[in-house]
Amino acid sequence: MSAALRRRAVLALPYAWLVLFFLVPFLISLKISVAESVIGIPPYSALIDTAGGSWGLDLSGESYRRLFTDDLYAVAYLNAIKFAAVSTVFCLLLGYPLAYGIVRAPRRFRSLLLLLVILPFWTSFLIRVYAWIGLLKENGLINNVLLTLGLIHQPLILLNNAFAVYVGIVYSYLPFMVLPLYAQLEKLDPALLEAAADLGCRPWRAFLRVTLPLSMPGIAAGALLVFIPAVGEFVIPSLLGGPDTLMIGKVLWDEFFANHDWPMASAVAVAMLVLLLLPMGLIRRLLQGETA
Amino acid sequence: MSSPEPERSAKAASYLRIEGVGKRFAPGAAAAVDGVSLDIAAGEFFALLGPSGCGKTTLLRLLAGFETPDAGRILIDGVDMAGVPPYRRPVNMMFQSYALFPHMTAAENVGFGLRQDGLPKAEIAARVAAMLDLVKLGPLARRKPHQLSGGERQRVALARALAQEPKLVLLDEPLAALDRKLREETRFELVRIQQRVGVTFLMVTHDQEEAMSMASRIAVMSDGRIVQLGTPQQIYEEPASRFVADFIGAVNLFAGRVAGAAAGFLQVDSAEAGTTLVVEHAPLPAGSEVAIAVRPEKITLAPASTAPNRLVGRVRGAAYRGEASTYEVELAGGKLLRVTLPNTGRRTEGYATGQGVMLAFAPAAAVVLPP
Repeated sequence: MSAALRRRAVLALPYAWLVLFFLVPFLISLKISVAESVIGIPPYSALIDTAGGSWGLDLSGESYRRLFTDDLYAVAYLNAIKFAAVSTVFCLLLGYPLAYGIVRAPRRFRSLLLLLVILPFWTSFLIRVYAWIGLLKENGLINNVLLTLGLIHQPLILLNNAFAVYVGIVYSYLPFMVLPLYAQLEKLDPALLEAAADLGCRPWRAFLRVTLPLSMPGIAAGALLVFIPAVGEFVIPSLLGGPDTLMIGKVLWDEFFANHDWPMASAVAVAMLVLLLLPMGLIRRLLQGETA
Repeated sequence: MSSPEPERSAKAASYLRIEGVGKRFAPGAAAAVDGVSLDIAAGEFFALLGPSGCGKTTLLRLLAGFETPDAGRILIDGVDMAGVPPYRRPVNMMFQSYALFPHMTAAENVGFGLRQDGLPKAEIAARVAAMLDLVKLGPLARRKPHQLSGGERQRVALARALAQEPKLVLLDEPLAALDRKLREETRFELVRIQQRVGVTFLMVTHDQEEAMSMASRIAVMSDGRIVQLGTPQQIYEEPASRFVADFIGAVNLFAGRVAGAAAGFLQVDSAEAGTTLVVEHAPLPAGSEVAIAVRPEKITLAPASTAPNRLVGRVRGAAYRGEASTYEVELAGGKLLRVTLPNTGRRTEGYATGQGVMLAFAPAAAVVLPP
């Protein structure tokens, strides 16, 4: 077997995986999204219409028409993107110093600190989000502590609003920001910062001109890992959010399980994917420009 | 120290002065740098030479300000550097790994320090161009480090260290990452640039050939201390200890005991040599333990029968090296000697392994060292 052929064989595995578990489900969703909602099993019309003896393609644009005409979807999309984007920024602001601190910590503490970052994953995601309800609710831990200390005289409204959703997303996705940043910062040669200092750079400027630009790939990876799942997030807005925190993932969930409108749910899913490809492509372009 | 030029000795009030500097990385640990004192004049090409772990790189990092000394003072141009952070010191360093900024082009790397100084753009551009020309990298100005060869990266690092026109440049193993041929060419290049710019170079190296061929003065370091300071010739021809003699070039050492002294010569009984050796040296009390050091190229083969210090041996191995051949000769008592003979003719016949030979060295060719 030639080297080129062997390389192709190695690459075939991930490609096969992607085709089987990503492309095929996507095509199925796409197919369902152009069907009509019917009462039955499955709850959508067949793509190929065999009624009347002749074969015909039965495409329906009804779901997409509603997607573009009903405000609900656009608002939910924009809301989701806003929540995801703001949460990503907060994850970065919290995660960067955290990752930097771990890299700078004495070597013997590093794996322990990394373990602590990953530790929450050992508990179910759902339980951890529920736990926040206990912390944030009107007679929850945070309000009780603040009341006891006399810092506030009335309980704060911390739950079922945007604040709670931000807390939930930032808390849940922070490790996805910290880990790629850590990997990137750990590769940074300390001699580069010494060189910057040697050439007259104060530590803060050295950070801005050397560390920050060189950690861009880590920032981009972390931002994608937080932003993309956060856009589709539905557990956190369902549990912690309120009426003003409608996100597209929640809408999708409701279409599917509450309304049993599979074509509509699929249309939302397809549109979400297309929408997410945009920022991914953009970041890819940016990173290629960086290394070229 | 002898100063080769009167002009230099006038300025020799030392640009860099190191006074009793010590550094220990952990309490109770061995000192990395132990009471080092040194004066380096402006315009010198000075080398700190020693095996790895001798403290030479630590000393360099103390000068750059990356480490803080536990003891002693460092004065640059008369100013005490205590408490002065690296970004305010009038020195630049060329790092062993070069430490080029990978996200910047060669020109941006060279101009990095100038931008920190807040110079006008046009001046930065002109200075960067001049520096890149100096190291013959003008056409590659817009390449990033990963698009440059090892030798080119080395020259970018040098240009960057020179760009801010420092009075003192610290070079940490500047040639170590280059392959052998390039390394030898670059030696001359570095000296040429240093003389052209008129800057003081302080180089750290473990390569004695590098130190000797480039530096005007060398400090040999061992275990955090300076064990000898001098010109390359002094270090090579008049080593002060067995360590220096052995570290700088190859050497044959004979243990012996002083038997007598007369008219500027010492007689030394050496069981290893199997005879009484005669060496040029001031009188020492009879019975003192000494070591006699002779460089391999200072031993001759097939000497005249009247020559002093005649030794009998047998060739145990021969290595043809082109310009010279090195022989390993075993003396009657089992002592192994290294002897280097120049290949002066194209058909010079070497000695074969197993052949019996007579060796000798002149009384002035040997050095008497403490045992």
